[in-house]
Amino acid sequence: MSDFRIALAGNPNTGKSTLFNALTGMNQHTGNWPGKTVIQAKGNYTFNEGNYTLIDLPGTYSLYSNSADEETARDYIIFDRPDVTVVVVDATSLERNLNLVLQVLEMTDQAVLCINLIDEAKKRNIRIYDDRLEKKLGIPVASISARNKAGINLLLKKIEGVAKGEIVTSPYQVKYSEQMEEDIQRLEPYVSQIVKGKYPTRWVTLKLLDGDRSFMDHLYQRVFSEGDVSHV
Amino acid sequence: MGEHKMMSLYESRPGDHLLIKSLRLDGAMLRRLLDLGFVPGAVVKNVQRSPMGDPVAYQVSRTTVALRKEESSQIDCQKVKGEINHE
Repeated sequence: MSDFRIALAGNPNTGKSTLFNALTGMNQHTGNWPGKTVIQAKGNYTFNEGNYTLIDLPGTYSLYSNSADEETARDYIIFDRPDVTVVVVDATSLERNLNLVLQVLEMTDQAVLCINLIDEAKKRNIRIYDDRLEKKLGIPVASISARNKAGINLLLKKIEGVAKGEIVTSPYQVKYSEQMEEDIQRLEPYVSQIVKGKYPTRWVTLKLLDGDRSFMDHLYQRVFSEGDVSHV
Repeated sequence: MGEHKMMSLYESRPGDHLLIKSLRLDGAMLRRLLDLGFVPGAVVKNVQRSPMGDPVAYQVSRTTVALRKEESSQIDCQKVKGEINHE
C-alpha cells in the first residue's frame, strides 16, 4: 500500500476539473469563470493498489502571484510538496499553456505534463508529438481527453512512475541572462542553508532576486513556524 | 499600404490583426500581460471596443482579454494580414 499526493495545476479552462471528476468520481462543479477554484478540492483514486489523493489547484496562467488563486497554487506546490504535480494544458493552445509548465518545472522535478482536449486538437488538425515534448521538457507527457475518458490509463501510469521514483525526470530549466545566472550562483549557497533542500533552492533564489515580498513573508512564516530559525 | 507601420495596440481598429513588437511596461503588469500571451512575436486580434471606447477586447491565443487604454497604449505592434496563426 502506498499513499501519494497529486496536485493538478493548469491554466483556466483546460478541463482540469473535468479530469479531477473523472478520476475521483466526484462531481465538483466545473464551469467557465475565473476564480472558480479558489479553495482547492480534494478527492481520492486508486491505481495498481496505490492510494492517491488528488488536489485540484486553482486554474492560473502563471504562478508569479498576481492574485489569490496564483498564490494558493504556488504555495501548495512549494510548501506542501506534492509527490507529483500534474500540469494540465489545452492541446489547442499549447503555446500559451507551456508558460505555466516552465514555471512549474522551476519549482519541482516531480511533474507530469497532461495534454487535455486532444480530441478537440485532432478536429483542428493539430498534431502533437508527445515523445518529442517528453524529450524537450524532460518529464513524462500523456495526451488525454478527460471528457471522453480517453488516455487516462497511460496518464495514471506515468503519474505512478514519477510518484514511485521509477521514472526519473530531468526537467528543462529556463536559462536567464549571464548577469542573472551569476547573481543566482552567488546567492544560491546562502538560500540553500536556509531552505535545506526542503524547498527548491534555485526557485527561492529567483524570488529573492525578484524582490517578491509576499513570497518571502510566506517563506519566513513557514521556516519560523517549523521552529527552524537558526539560519534565518 | 502602411501595413508595417508601428503603432500602439490602442490605435488599432476592430478586425485588425496585430503583431506584438514590444511592451513598454514593467513589474506585475508586464508579467501579467506576458502570462496572458501578449508576448513579442504573438499575433492578436482587435475584437471590439466597449461603448465608451475603453476598454478594448483583444483575442489572444483562444481567449478574449479586455485591456484598458492605460496598458494597450504601451504595447507596440504592427498591423498584419490574415488570421491568428494558431486558430
